[in-house]
Amino acid sequence: MSTLLAILIGCLYAAGVYLILRRSLFKLILGLVLLSHGANLLIFTAGGLTRAQPPIIAPGELDLPANSPDPLPQALILTAIVIGFSVLAFALVLFHRAYQTIGSDDPDELKVSDQ
Amino acid sequence: MNLLLVLPLMIPLTTAALSMLAWRRLPLQRVLSVAGSAGLLGCSVALLAFVWANGIAASQMGAWPAPFGITLVADLFSAIMVVLTGVIGLAVAVYSLASMDEPRESFGYYPLLQVLLMGVCGAFLTGDLFNLYVWFEVMLMASFVLLALGGEPDQLRGAIKYVTLNLVASALFLAAVGILYGIAGTLNMADLARKLEIAESGTLTALAMLFLIAFGIKAAVFPLFFWLPASYHTPPVAVSAVFAGLLTKVGVYALIRVFTLIFVGDTGFTHTLLLVIAGATMVTGVLGAAAQYEFRRILSFHIISQIGYMILGLGLAGLTSSPALATMSLAGSIFYIMHHIIVKTNLFLVSGVASRLGGSFELKKLGGLYRSSPGLAILFLIPAMSLAGMPPLSGFFAKLSLIQAGLAAEQYVIVAIALVVGLLTLFSMTKIWAEAFWKNPPAASAEPPKLTAGERWNLLLPIGLLALLTVTIGFAAEPVFLLATRAAEQLVDREGYIRAVLGEPQ
Repeated sequence: MSTLLAILIGCLYAAGVYLILRRSLFKLILGLVLLSHGANLLIFTAGGLTRAQPPIIAPGELDLPANSPDPLPQALILTAIVIGFSVLAFALVLFHRAYQTIGSDDPDELKVSDQ
Repeated sequence: MNLLLVLPLMIPLTTAALSMLAWRRLPLQRVLSVAGSAGLLGCSVALLAFVWANGIAASQMGAWPAPFGITLVADLFSAIMVVLTGVIGLAVAVYSLASMDEPRESFGYYPLLQVLLMGVCGAFLTGDLFNLYVWFEVMLMASFVLLALGGEPDQLRGAIKYVTLNLVASALFLAAVGILYGIAGTLNMADLARKLEIAESGTLTALAMLFLIAFGIKAAVFPLFFWLPASYHTPPVAVSAVFAGLLTKVGVYALIRVFTLIFVGDTGFTHTLLLVIAGATMVTGVLGAAAQYEFRRILSFHIISQIGYMILGLGLAGLTSSPALATMSLAGSIFYIMHHIIVKTNLFLVSGVASRLGGSFELKKLGGLYRSSPGLAILFLIPAMSLAGMPPLSGFFAKLSLIQAGLAAEQYVIVAIALVVGLLTLFSMTKIWAEAFWKNPPAASAEPPKLTAGERWNLLLPIGLLALLTVTIGFAAEPVFLLATRAAEQLVDREGYIRAVLGEPQ
């Protein structure tokens, strides 16, 4: 399962980088979305995948049962998803506004301000 | 719970919230902004005094014990950075009163500035890597909006580059955090430092490189700096100034923190690489500046060049086995950061007044400012000469301490580079001086716009006070250097940090 997810994460990263390198602001956003999804899945996988009961301490016990999964990566991912969602929502509005103002979807048109 | 550790986050947050409530009442927002920044400065100084007297302060939020809960830590280095954030926050808040236009003010400039300060303070005070990520995002979100606020075409062009590269950096940072958690099972920095001492070093070095890239993009080191000169000259001056002073330094802070505390296993590789990066960053930054003729773009390229000096101390510290030499190098870096934040913000603020009086940021269109406003010319000369490293200003002692450390470590190549770059910095500063201040104004321009008394007060007071601070650091270099040395000692003494956060080992 980990191998499969590792390959999937690799594909997400590759596709994300490819889209970022395309000459289009819209594809740039899609590339950023894929990169952030790749990072989230990576945390999920790196936290260790187990088929086990939910990590709940039974009444009267002091510790988790053996082989319990680690719930923390999911909490981290949840935070990262919320942050990623809001940042990308802002980026979408920014890029849309830039498209309206500059009148082009081509990143090469952004060079004007660098000269 | 130590209140002093929480206040640098609570004061900007409260100020931002109150400013949002006063959305339609700009005069009230202005007062709140200045009062909040002054409060931040006050409590950050109190925090520094507390840490100076009592050693590293750590506090566990929600009373969850250390590796599980959220930890706030202030060692002297963090406390110094928070004080500098307060200084820059207050200077920019006052400067904004006279320089920010009303449309931007009425679309939430003041609350955003406070949120930015909160994010920066949070990044300096957190003791947990995932929290560092969250604070980075808080800071970035505010900076995105500040950069794009106003929506001028150039601003949007700059913002797209800035947003894209920072999001890529965040994604890499997040991935690195995830892998690190997979290896160590913790993200508390002190706990990581303890656990990773026994971990396999190959994977760790690869991870260190991932962190280096993620923080390197944010700190704008060679070859990851392209977003900086593409965006910093586009927003209003007050925004540029606060970005120039604080944002890249958060990246430098994160680099110093992880490469002194966590990734210290394979210093022969990682810190040599840091040293090479430092040299390349210094050179490319200063050469980039030499080719520019726009006031703020010259200054932006100099930020990059100066980042190289800060990384230089970090690289030297890792390559030596003697703690005394490591302390000396890191003290040089910390002194440099203190000097740089004040001076660079000040230069940006001066560029704003110069363009107000001369009508442009283009050096070709400026001129004659020395004759029309000699006071401003002197206020430019102080930080400019300090940046170039002229004695007796702060920049001289900052460079001197780094170069002494480099000589003691027998890294002569990097010392030579640092000296030459200092000379080229002087060249850039004299170029601005000659073009904007000394030469005759181009053609017979109209009567230069006069500043009203209130504007003059709000614009020149922060510049004057920051210049005074530069001179003070220069003349009182010894106590300031003592502070930097104590901070560096705490960085070198990893056990001390770990004990302060986790308590005594059982």
